[in-house]
Amino acid sequence: MQSGVKLQFLSNKYYNDIMHELSVTESVLKIACKHAEKAQADRVTDIHLVIGQLSSIIDESVQFYWDIISKDTLCEHAKLHFERVPAELICLDCDHQYSLAKTLMPCPQCSSSRIRVLAGDEFHLESIEIQSKDD
Amino acid sequence: MTEKRIKIVEKIFDANDRLANDNQLRLDRTGTYAINLMASPGAGKTSFILSTINALLNEKVQIGVIEGDTAPVTIDADKINAAGMPAVQINTGGECHLDAVMIENALDQLPLESLDLVVVENVGNLICPAAFNLGTHCNILIASIPEGDDKPYKYPNIYRGLDVLIINKIDLLPYLDFDMDYFRRGVEMLNPGLETFALSCKTGEGLDGWLHWLKSKLK
Repeated sequence: MQSGVKLQFLSNKYYNDIMHELSVTESVLKIACKHAEKAQADRVTDIHLVIGQLSSIIDESVQFYWDIISKDTLCEHAKLHFERVPAELICLDCDHQYSLAKTLMPCPQCSSSRIRVLAGDEFHLESIEIQSKDD
Repeated sequence: MTEKRIKIVEKIFDANDRLANDNQLRLDRTGTYAINLMASPGAGKTSFILSTINALLNEKVQIGVIEGDTAPVTIDADKINAAGMPAVQINTGGECHLDAVMIENALDQLPLESLDLVVVENVGNLICPAAFNLGTHCNILIASIPEGDDKPYKYPNIYRGLDVLIINKIDLLPYLDFDMDYFRRGVEMLNPGLETFALSCKTGEGLDGWLHWLKSKLK
């Protein structure tokens, strides 16, 4: 074994369980809290996310982290809504537009491989629903 | 109690993207070209960096390396230091990718003023690194022959954001069932006309084309 190499992580399950949904979820929380504070909300009840088919984000995983990290914030118990946008492609040779099937495929009309993505890359926080006490 | 809906429409990666812009500005100030090197584990990222460092030794090109690893090991950074170049190790604490904040911190630890090139060796992974801008000038993926010819079809996102594709370990082509035409057709659909260099870090075959391209980017 090479000197200086530490292997204690092998026994640490933690290292295999974190996916990028954690940083993504933290980002969602930050954005939601920022806007809720600006609107002087007492609590956030709903959060609407728009996620394109091509964004590699797992809803269940975001929800899992959300329940943990939103605790003791304005967003605690807020419900997450995921709107999925299907991927749309356009053929650069014949202008044919088509939806992405399960696997990547050339233009079904002219078989060209010169294609571009029109939709499906989205990943944003669309809106939040808040409650605030009346003055 | 009042209830209302507030329209926001803010990109989730917005904060990261802004930091990435800051990183790039900083690199531009010192005239340092930066590469985000991505690949699956074992594709040859570190070998590729070492081959590049060794090939450019006589050209007086100063190269700094940022090593991203999910675990607290310094194997890769040690190799770079042994080759005589500064390396910064980022332990992501299990995170599957590097982000702009980690790069900002790593840049603090590199002598940017004297560097022509910074290579960021991203965490070995074909999914997550594709989503996070780092502020580098160029996204490069190393696809290696033993991984198989279907990777563009299985991991389309990472191919879409590339500026350069390296096909490594071509010395193994005679021994493996890798259909180069099928592979390249998949890449072409995702990233038409992508700059591609097929090479072997082991034999040195094909390295010249890559080095020529790289030198054209360095000031």
